[in-house]
Amino acid sequence: MAEPYQHKIANALGDPKLQLAIYSATGRLADGRRRTVSTEAFPDYQELRQHAHEIKKHTLNHLDFYLQELERNVEARGGRVIWARDGQEARAFIRNLARERATNLIVKSKSMTTEEIHLNEHLAQDGIEAVETDLGEYILQLAGEKPFHIIAPALHKTREDIAHLFERRLHAAHETTPERLTAIARAALREKFLEAGIGITGANFLVADSGMVVLVENEGNARLSCSAPRIHVAVSGIEKVIPRAQDLGVFLNLLGRSATGQPLSVYTSFLSGPRREGELDGPEEFYLVLLDNGRTKVLADAEKRQSLYCIRCGACLNNCPVYRKIGGYSYPWVYSGPIGKILTPQFMGVHQDPWLPFASSLCGACAEVCPVKIEIPKILLALRAEITEAGIQKGGMVEKLAFRMWAWLMRHPRIYERVAPVAAAAASRLPRAGPLKAWLSQRDLPPLARRSFRQLWRERRK
Amino acid sequence: MNSREFILSRVRAALGRGAADPVPEPPPVLLRFASSPPPDRAEKFRSALEALGGKVAIVNTPGEAGAYVESALAGRRAIASQAPILEACGIDSLPSVTTEHSRQACAAADASITSAEYALAETGTLVVSAGLRDSRMVSLLPPCHIAVIERSKILENLDEFLDVCRQPAAQSSAVVLITGPSRTADIEMRLVRGVHGPGEIHVVIVNNVTAAPSYASEET
Repeated sequence: MAEPYQHKIANALGDPKLQLAIYSATGRLADGRRRTVSTEAFPDYQELRQHAHEIKKHTLNHLDFYLQELERNVEARGGRVIWARDGQEARAFIRNLARERATNLIVKSKSMTTEEIHLNEHLAQDGIEAVETDLGEYILQLAGEKPFHIIAPALHKTREDIAHLFERRLHAAHETTPERLTAIARAALREKFLEAGIGITGANFLVADSGMVVLVENEGNARLSCSAPRIHVAVSGIEKVIPRAQDLGVFLNLLGRSATGQPLSVYTSFLSGPRREGELDGPEEFYLVLLDNGRTKVLADAEKRQSLYCIRCGACLNNCPVYRKIGGYSYPWVYSGPIGKILTPQFMGVHQDPWLPFASSLCGACAEVCPVKIEIPKILLALRAEITEAGIQKGGMVEKLAFRMWAWLMRHPRIYERVAPVAAAAASRLPRAGPLKAWLSQRDLPPLARRSFRQLWRERRK
Repeated sequence: MNSREFILSRVRAALGRGAADPVPEPPPVLLRFASSPPPDRAEKFRSALEALGGKVAIVNTPGEAGAYVESALAGRRAIASQAPILEACGIDSLPSVTTEHSRQACAAADASITSAEYALAETGTLVVSAGLRDSRMVSLLPPCHIAVIERSKILENLDEFLDVCRQPAAQSSAVVLITGPSRTADIEMRLVRGVHGPGEIHVVIVNNVTAAPSYASEET
C-alpha cells in the first residue's frame, strides 16, 4: 500500500472521536435501511432489486440508443444537451456560459459528478464563485475539505467544529445547537440563491422517454438551485439514463430506503427543460451536460460494466466493515467505500493505486445491500486478477510459498492432520518482524482450537 | 469529430453495436399499488405525514377548511395560489393573505397556501407542479406551507401516481413530490427541520368541496 494511505488509515483508526462518529452515523443509516426494506415493511424489495438490475443492464447495453432518445426529448422541451468527453470539456462549457451571461456567482446542489471533475476549484481560478448549498457540502466548502461520505458528507464534523467554522468564516455568533447552526447557513445561503446567475445540479436519474432530469434531496437546496437562477445546468454521467418515466417507480422506491431509510426523500423533482410559456417562474435556459470522463472505458468490459449501475445510495459504505473503520478520507478518489474500490481502478487505471482492490475482506455485505445488485466482490476479484496478471502488484515470495504449501497440504489429508497442530502452535508465536511484519501488522491471527474438527468428529462417532 | 459523435461512437464500440442495430423492448414496467377506499386513504395519508412532523386536518366542508387555515396562520402574512379550491374555501380573502406571487413576495412571506395535483397516501406526499397558478417558489421559500386538497385527489402511492400520470413532463417543467418538511441530518446526524424549504407543513383534506356546508356528510 502506498505510504500516504497507510498514514491516513492509521490516523483514522487512532482517532477515537472519528471512530465513534463514523460508527454511529453509518450505523444509523444502515439501521434505517434495514427497517424500511424488511419483509414486513416492503415485501416486494427483492423483486424490485432484481428489476432495477435488469433495467440498468438493458439500458447500458443499448446506451447509445437511450442517450439519443434522451437528447431528442430534452431538446423538444427547449433544453440543450452538451456532450463532454472529460472534465475539461464540461468545465469549459460552464466557464464560457458564465462569462457570456456575465455572472460570477453560481449556486450548486450536491453532486458527486462535479466533485469528480473538480468543478469548484477550476471555476474559482477563473474568478467564478461556486457556492455549495447542501448543508453538509457547505460546511465542507467553508472548511476546505472533501466529502467524507456519499450522502452524509460532513459526518466527521462535530457541532463544535462547525460553530468555530461559522464564527471564523461567516462572522456568525457562537451557536452550538444543530438548529441554530442550520438557521445561520439557511440565512447565508438564501442571499446566494437569490443573487446567483446560474444554478448547477447533478442528476439522480435521466429519463429518456421524456427528457427529464430527476433530483432527489431532503433540504430543498436542489429545488432552489434549479428554480431561482436564470439558468439551470444539470451535470450528469452518461450512465444515469433510464428508459421510461414509469421506471422511476422501481428506482425511487429503492433509492430513499437504501440511502437513509426513507420510503421517499423529502423532495423529488421531475424537471424538463426551462420555464414554459405561461409558467410563473423557473429558469429561462436549461442545459444538460452529459459527461463521459472514463465511463465508456468501464462500459467496454462486459463483466465489470455493472459497476455503472450504481445509483449512489451509499448503502455499501454504511454496511462495509472496512469503510466503517477507515472512513472516507482513506480512499484515493471522490468515490469511497466498496463502490469506490471498484470505480477508482476502472476510471483512473489499475496502475495508480493497485493496492485498493486488495484492501477488502470480500465479506460480501456490499453486494447484499446494493439496491441494483452490483456484484462488488466479484468485480474486486476480477480487478485483483488483472493487477496480478499484469505484474503490477506481485504477491510476496513468502505469501506465495505459504499458499502453495497450504494447497499441497489440503490435498494430502493424512499429512495435514499431523502437521496442522504443530503449525497452529507455531503460528501463535510468529515473530512480528522479518518478512511477515507487514502482513501481521494489520492482522490478528484468530486463536486456534486445541482439538481439530476431525478429532472431535472421530471421538463423537465412537 | 465533435464530442457528441466521439462519445456515441465510443459507446457503440464498447458495446459492439452498430448505429442502426435494433433495440429490444426494455423489461416490463413494474408498478405496484392496491387501491384502498378514499376514507382509508385520507387516514393513511394523515398517519404517514404526521410521522414526518407535518400536520393534517380532515374536514368535511370548504368552510371548515378556511377556518382551519385561518387559525393555522394565526395572523401570519401568507401568499395564496390561484387554485380554485382556495377560492371555494374563502382562503384568498382572509385578512393576512395576498395572491401576489413575485419572488420578492415569496421570499418575504411567512407562509404559502396552495393546492396540489395529487397526494400519495402511503408516504404522506404532495404532488405539486409549476404552472399558471403556482410558481416554483411559492411552496419553497416561505417557512410554512399549507396545502388544501380534495379527498378525491389522494392516490395510494408513487406507483399509482406514475400509472395515472405516465408522463410528468407533459404537465409542467417542474413536477415536485413533497414528502414532509424540509430536513437535514448533516450535523452529527441530528434531525433538523426547515433547512432551505418549509419546516412547517399543513395539509387540509376536504371531503366534499362542491356540496353546500352540511353536517350530514356520509363519511363521518
